[in-house]
Amino acid sequence: MTSAPAIIAKGVSKRFGKFTAVKQLHLNIPQGQIYGFLGPNGSGKSTSIRLLTGLLAPSEGNIQVLGYQVPEQAEALKTQIGYMTQKFSLYDDLTVIENLAFIGRIYGLDPVTLATRIEQQLLTYDLKPIEHQRVEGMSGGQKQRLSLAAATIHSPKLLFLDEPTSAVDPENRRDFWEQLFDLCDKGTTILISTHYMDEAERCHQLAIMEAGEIRAHGEPEQLMLQMGVNVVEILYPDLRRLKAQLLALEEVHSAAQLGVRLRVLISKHVSDPIDWLKCRFPELLTAELEIARPSLEDVFVSVTGEGRA
Amino acid sequence: MKSRQRIFAMIIKEFRQLMRDRITLSMTVMIPLFQLLLYGYAINTQVRHIPIGVVDQSQSAFGRLLVESVKATQIPKLKAAYPTVVQAQKALKQGRVQAVLILPKDLTQRAAQGRVLGQWLVDGSDTLVSGAIKSLQTMPLTDFDIPIRKAPPAKTFEVAILYNPSQRSAVSIVPGISGIILTMTMIMFTSSAIVRERERGNLELLITTPIQPLELMVAKIIPYILIGLVQVSIILGVGHLLFNVPINGSILQILLVTLCFISASLTLGLLLSTIAKTQMQSMQMTVFILLPSILLSGFVFSYDAMPKAAQWIAEVLPATHFMRMIRGVILRGANMLDMWPDTLWMLGFTVIGICVAAKRFSKSLD
Repeated sequence: MTSAPAIIAKGVSKRFGKFTAVKQLHLNIPQGQIYGFLGPNGSGKSTSIRLLTGLLAPSEGNIQVLGYQVPEQAEALKTQIGYMTQKFSLYDDLTVIENLAFIGRIYGLDPVTLATRIEQQLLTYDLKPIEHQRVEGMSGGQKQRLSLAAATIHSPKLLFLDEPTSAVDPENRRDFWEQLFDLCDKGTTILISTHYMDEAERCHQLAIMEAGEIRAHGEPEQLMLQMGVNVVEILYPDLRRLKAQLLALEEVHSAAQLGVRLRVLISKHVSDPIDWLKCRFPELLTAELEIARPSLEDVFVSVTGEGRA
Repeated sequence: MKSRQRIFAMIIKEFRQLMRDRITLSMTVMIPLFQLLLYGYAINTQVRHIPIGVVDQSQSAFGRLLVESVKATQIPKLKAAYPTVVQAQKALKQGRVQAVLILPKDLTQRAAQGRVLGQWLVDGSDTLVSGAIKSLQTMPLTDFDIPIRKAPPAKTFEVAILYNPSQRSAVSIVPGISGIILTMTMIMFTSSAIVRERERGNLELLITTPIQPLELMVAKIIPYILIGLVQVSIILGVGHLLFNVPINGSILQILLVTLCFISASLTLGLLLSTIAKTQMQSMQMTVFILLPSILLSGFVFSYDAMPKAAQWIAEVLPATHFMRMIRGVILRGANMLDMWPDTLWMLGFTVIGICVAAKRFSKSLD
């Protein structure tokens, strides 16, 4: 039973008028994993999540979530999933405990279970000290912990998180991920969308999205290894001019300045990129050039960009 | 110069936003246009076509002539003839007619002797109506070819005003006020109910939960029912204590009638809420409903004097039915069954309205 995938999507597309927000989405997400959608704003991450939760009906394709056909059986599915929206969506004028009680009751928890779950959630998400505080005026991190506590109060099998960390500082983000791994450890499948590379790197599996399409998918480590480009870092005084010249070459996928260095992605067709660079640019003969370990950002840059033109 | 540029930039922005808000834009045109046309035609301070009943005990040719001549004034409109005074009084209490003309057995004799010919029983719960009937008191009898031995009587009819004999306007206004206040607050509360959830971003979360549209609609209404009851208690309580408005009906009937109206108004608000996209739009829609509820419901102007089309519009509004029912219960001691068409309409409106609102509120973002 546990081996059955949590989410299966086959050829799912969503059109709004003439605009296609999601194109031919294929997914097979196993249970008990954290699966990430990585992509820039407007790449179709939120639309994909809304399609998978049944909030939007697909224009074509087939979706099965936890064995339920979506959107046909979306109502039955709703008791089994938790959803954390991009924008904070609990009630500002209620206290922490009132919000949790509200959501718990909506999910039909009986009074005894509700009381226990609220207590557990307050402790797990460090909300006990502010349990009677109204949400308005709370910090981004506190609101985020409350949202996660509310989204998991009914112990869902599957959790959808739509850019959950966009309003919190790095420290809170790290704590948040610890909590996600705890949930995952207890068997919860998590689908998370993000535009942060470091977050995407933490996922078990990842789909890089752009312009409504999945450009690459797999384990982050695997994606970095299989990347079709070499990464070269150049230490050179006149980087701005060099960058412009490099970008004009077909073999160069991208060039990004990192302080005094230029990080250049060069096609795998070029067997020795350092030599190749030095041949093309004699002024680099004296410069410091070295092959770098590819990062997820490199993967991201190498697979996307068609849409940017 | 810079200041002018900033003002100009702000003006342009305001216009752009306004032009893109279709509902607000159409409301800015519709509210004055529609309301002006409506009231221009509908409002008639001269009361006419008051529904009346006749009890003609004389059964004489003169009696029929007299009724015809009363009808010719166009102030009353004959709705029914009753065989007995008791039946006529019952119809009056139920609100089916607003006045009854009783012509006694010795009508012809009275005419000949120059005595008062008959008696009007008038429902005083609407002072405009009772005032209009009172004007018939001295209706001249010059058209009649009857042998009058003495000089014509100073008064053609006696007028007995029931329920509000001193014709104090507070008596008819106070129950009416409760209708207006409730229309205002109840529609306002719920018309923003769904929109508020949408604007604050709560809705996206709510629709991923198992809550059903009908559950949501019912739950949105119930808290405000209590608020409405508190408001009515304040208005009628103060009206009774300070303005001596008699409360002739039972408290239970007042409660039931008010509950019906509150539910219907809340449902109407909820319907608006499923149409409006912003709280601003829902406010404008509330005003759009509120104005006719004040002016067409019979609160300010007489319902009977309005043209048919305006009466139809008034019939759609819960306030019109409530105005009749609450005056009936409080002043005439009527009950909901006496006024069953209004009761039925309110209940029907609520049930159908909630279903339509639930249907309109789809749990999807499509």
